[in-house]
Amino acid sequence: MIPMIRSVALGLVAGLGIGTALAASNASRDGILTGYAAQARAENPSFAGFSADRGRALYLGPHTGGKPETNACAACHTADPKREGRHAITGRAIKPMAVSVNPARFTDDADVEKRFSRDCPNVLGRACTAQEKGDFITFLAGQ
Amino acid sequence: MRLPAVTLAILAAITTTAAFANEMERVTPIAHAATQKECGECHMAFQPQLLPAASWGRIMDDLATHFGDNASLDPQAVVDIRAYLTSNAGRLGDGRLTRITEQRWWTREHDFRAHIWSRPDVRSKSNCTACHRDADKGLYEDN
Ligand code: HEC
Ligand code: HEC
Ligand code: HEC
Repeated sequence: MIPMIRSVALGLVAGLGIGTALAASNASRDGILTGYAAQARAENPSFAGFSADRGRALYLGPHTGGKPETNACAACHTADPKREGRHAITGRAIKPMAVSVNPARFTDDADVEKRFSRDCPNVLGRACTAQEKGDFITFLAGQ
Repeated sequence: MRLPAVTLAILAAITTTAAFANEMERVTPIAHAATQKECGECHMAFQPQLLPAASWGRIMDDLATHFGDNASLDPQAVVDIRAYLTSNAGRLGDGRLTRITEQRWWTREHDFRAHIWSRPDVRSKSNCTACHRDADKGLYEDN
């Protein structure tokens, strides 16, 4: 009985595309994800929720189209998001991206948007889609 | 030995390098929240004293193509940060150069062999904190 209710509830949550984020729930981060989900649906009617696996692939790369020295998010944020990163060009330390070790991550929508708009062109040679942004946050919220 | 201020002033007038060394020994820490935040993401936020006002003006004129990166900000932040940097700028230095690391006083103080700059923990000349632990507090004196 109880397991069934749980799996129904989980199914609903996953359907909203915020399943993993709930593991480390935070109202601001959830709000940011809800916003990206609405945008993703508008950009693509067949949008069916965010995916941590796609987020991982975006994070790890390698990608073409951007700058060769930063062909993955991991180039600065490191392959293990629980560890401190390092800016590939300036050498500046970057705090971990994994929400489990850095709960402040993805909680300020202006900061999050500003960095997506800078980092995606460097890595991909183009802006990230709303779905990619949500995938990325979903992956790291589960790390 | 501690020299009286008058002697220091005379020495400074005689050799500009001495003037720079004295002037840069104690750099005032940044006391402007927006500059600290927006200019301290990709590298340490450089103190205004490290460049003359003209150099800061050039940097703030073109944040969209900022040393190969996009550092653009909303117009009000640009106005505020420009005002802070230029009104607290250094009195000396070449205003045509936008790099601290190309200013003559800097290259004289940092005449090291090439392998130093390619050390993985240094990576770039602009990574002041790699060698000056308390550079973000304006302390460059002791290494
Ligand atoms: C050239 C280095 C670099 C690369 C490559 C890079 N980033 Fe970043 N990223 C940064 C820096 C620097 C920050 C700001 C410092 C911080 O938030 O700790 C940042 C912060 C962020 C933030 C803000 C997080 C928050 O909590 O506000 C997001 C989102 C982000 N990056 C996404 C990405 C994505 C997506 C990619 C790959 C497509 C990527 N980054 C690749 C340097 C980089
Ligand atoms: C999106 C990332 C980013 C942001 C934000 C940023 N910068 Fe930079 N900045 C860079 C990079 C990359 C370099 C080149 C570093 C190198 O070559 O080692 C650089 C270099 C510099 C240098 C020259 C360093 C030297 O070699 O002497 C100055 C001065 C500078 N930035 C000032 C600023 C100011 C002022 C701001 C805020 C308005 C700012 N930066 C914001 C990425 C950034
Ligand atoms: C590879 C290590 C390294 C890096 C990176 C580095 N410095 Fe230095 N710096 C030194 C050393 C070593 C000295 C002392 C030189 C001497 O005494 O001859 C020095 C001296 C100085 C001085 C003179 C201090 C005095 O007592 O007069 C200033 C100012 C300074 N550095 C600023 C900077 C700034 C600003 C940056 C970043 C843009 C920077 N340094 C990056 C190693 C470094």
